[in-house]
Amino acid sequence: MSEAVKKIVTPISIEYTITPGAAPTKFLRGIKEGRLLGQRCPKCSKVYLPPRGSCTVCAVPTVEEVEVSDQGTVTTFCVVNIPFYGQVQEIPYVCAAVVLDGADLPCFGVVQEIAVEEVRMGLRVQAVWVAPEERGYTLENIKYFKPSGQADAPFESYREHL
Amino acid sequence: MAEEQEPLEILSARHVVEYPYTRSVGAVIGRFLGGLKDKKIEGSLTPSGRVLVPPSEYDPESGASISDFVEVGEAGVVTTWCWVAEPLAKHPFDRPFAWALIRLDGADTALLHAVDAGDSSRMATGMRVKVRWRQQRSGAIGDIECFEAENLGSQDGEIV
Repeated sequence: MSEAVKKIVTPISIEYTITPGAAPTKFLRGIKEGRLLGQRCPKCSKVYLPPRGSCTVCAVPTVEEVEVSDQGTVTTFCVVNIPFYGQVQEIPYVCAAVVLDGADLPCFGVVQEIAVEEVRMGLRVQAVWVAPEERGYTLENIKYFKPSGQADAPFESYREHL
Repeated sequence: MAEEQEPLEILSARHVVEYPYTRSVGAVIGRFLGGLKDKKIEGSLTPSGRVLVPPSEYDPESGASISDFVEVGEAGVVTTWCWVAEPLAKHPFDRPFAWALIRLDGADTALLHAVDAGDSSRMATGMRVKVRWRQQRSGAIGDIECFEAENLGSQDGEIV
């Protein structure tokens, strides 16, 4: 007689169509051209990247478009040591919150071209883009961030963005 | 400014969210699934003598733990059914089929499974069906490929 079964694999998936809306659409068009387009809140002046079309703090629409640098500062980060389903990076690797120059909210990215143990808060980084002809309407146009070689940013410069 | 904006072509994309979910089935369903690999269908026997297929760890009447198993037949009666005219991607067939509750001979409860009837006109509550076993069995409910009419020429079974 066969042994009792202990576990079964029952994958669950949802397939859907996403429509990004006006502000994220502009962002996606920009990123296809290698540009990072955010929006500034008319009330608090914070720059959202990616933009959502409104400021969630002030509850007002954001219409002013602002181009943001592809250089920025690592605010916080974590070293990923655990393998998981769908992982594309070799472990260990660093996932970091990067506040780009000109933006007020950090975005997330992988930091490479530096030893994992050398990544630190305040590290200045630079986006590494995929080749222009391979770019699409996707954040994957930025392959990863690498150290830009600039001096570390002082804590005061990014303490508001943690 | 807003009045200078040209209408933008709307972007859209297909996304898939998937969870590779692994489930512990427990001792009772585990034994049931292991049995299917050997073309054996077992139900659990409650203290009052009812046979539950698929088996349950507890008696729904008294809440008592169940540890007795009995083998049931691989044919039974359709107690209710629903015709799937347009199967979806994850359905067991790419042709129309029925989902049915099937009370196997010797069981007091019904099992949900697919009936490969070809056409809804060949489905009826009370019809007799039998298991079509899958060639390659792995200890899963899909080891029963489907049910099919036991004898296309016979009288319908009787619903009790």
